[in-house]
Amino acid sequence: MANSYDLIIIGAGPAGLAAGIYASRSKLNTLVIEKGVIGGQAATTEEMENYPGFYQGVTGPQLTEHMHEHAEHFGCKFVKDEVVDLDLAGYEKVIVTKNGRYTAKAVIIATGAEPRVLGVKGEKELKGKGVSYCATCDADFYEDLDVVVLGNGDAAIEEAIYLTRFAAKVSIIVIHDEGILDATKVIQERAFRNEKIEFIWNSTLEEIKGDGIVEAVAVKNIKTGEVTELETNGVFIFVGTVPKTEMLKGKVELDQRGYIPTSEIMETNVDGVYAVGDVRVKYLRQVVTAAADGAIAAVAAEKYLQEEENFKNEVLEKELATAVMFWSPFHQGSLDMVPMIEEFASRHSEKMDLVKIDTYRNQRIARRYDVQDIPAVLLFKGGEVVGRVAGDITPERLEKLATLA
Amino acid sequence: MLELNKENFEAEVLSSKGLVLVDFWSPKCVPCMELLPHVEELEGKFEQVKFCKLNILENRRLAIGQKVMGLPTIIIYRDGEKIVELSKDFTHEDLEAKLNEVTA
Repeated sequence: MANSYDLIIIGAGPAGLAAGIYASRSKLNTLVIEKGVIGGQAATTEEMENYPGFYQGVTGPQLTEHMHEHAEHFGCKFVKDEVVDLDLAGYEKVIVTKNGRYTAKAVIIATGAEPRVLGVKGEKELKGKGVSYCATCDADFYEDLDVVVLGNGDAAIEEAIYLTRFAAKVSIIVIHDEGILDATKVIQERAFRNEKIEFIWNSTLEEIKGDGIVEAVAVKNIKTGEVTELETNGVFIFVGTVPKTEMLKGKVELDQRGYIPTSEIMETNVDGVYAVGDVRVKYLRQVVTAAADGAIAAVAAEKYLQEEENFKNEVLEKELATAVMFWSPFHQGSLDMVPMIEEFASRHSEKMDLVKIDTYRNQRIARRYDVQDIPAVLLFKGGEVVGRVAGDITPERLEKLATLA
Repeated sequence: MLELNKENFEAEVLSSKGLVLVDFWSPKCVPCMELLPHVEELEGKFEQVKFCKLNILENRRLAIGQKVMGLPTIIIYRDGEKIVELSKDFTHEDLEAKLNEVTA
């Protein structure tokens, strides 16, 4: 089938692109679906000086374009389309887009996050009319004009510094006491030295005013409650991000804020579904950590596909019954049982095969069949579990199991 | 697509009869660059609309004069009056729907 893939990656930011590079290099038939700009949020970040190896002379769009070429070089396919629905529960995952329908054996969610809307009066009405969330997109409009920046994290302060290359004056509204910023020290110092930057401390943005175009903002001092009006031509809002997981509600576990919790190897709570980059619960949301997530998920997905394929071929789709032994080389009790079970299976080789699953390497299949203690032997027939022996495994109990084969 | 500047903007847009589409863009705006080929494609579909583009890097004041302060922005004028304005989060599908509306 033309629209059937080993792996589908939703989103082409740095996390999705890195996953695409790793997966296609491992010869997985891989498709990346992106509705907007390849490069994600990084493609709207001009200043990029913390990606290892690139301390000068690389911009966000350049770096992500290289990643895109890199993925295509290894055969990764890209389609510009928007996902509208997904069915992730089964072994075959179905992804419905505006223009098509795709299936994959594994899915990596790399949908990222988007700038948070503040929700103040005038913000929505004046978006694109002086209210902006993207300095690189809109900075050119503000040559020799005055702008206001709201926020004080890394993104806010870095973008404010970038804006000083264009604007006459940049006023940063900060909620904290004088001298306190959430941004990293090195960025703070650079901002404090910049003569075009002025700070408005202990304050928040109350309202954005203007008739068809931004003319002023109302700034509220949170200590005194006093509201002052400040004339300005532009308002740049950098108050964090929100994950793009709306369509995943009820399909993948999300935390209270909508981010996807994952295991160390990027697994979500759904088998064969991984989450990478800004969309997952994590400590540091940067290009370098996004790329790392992508690499880990692609390798994990590759291993998953291999294990599932093996299990399907050797257990689920076999005509003969199969005894599956769950064991681990680190569990002495299960190790001791191996010879007895091998001997048992070979005695009944006319009606059953034996497959051993190392639960240290593969916990997923054990979990799926509710194997809590090892050693355990499950007997499969026609793709279903027809009997199981766990805990105290005796030759008598095994013989009883053999009668079910 | 017709390239606009301060010399021809008045004549080609504001004093022009009929439907005129203006794509405000900049080579530094990645979403604009993504959108541009789609707009060019739509130009072939809507022959009754005059398609123009304005590079805001070279024509900043002209854009601000049209109250455009953010990219990407697309404005459709009829007889020199703004009738549709799309800014920031819109797709080429949204644009096509608007074009269908105004040409119906």
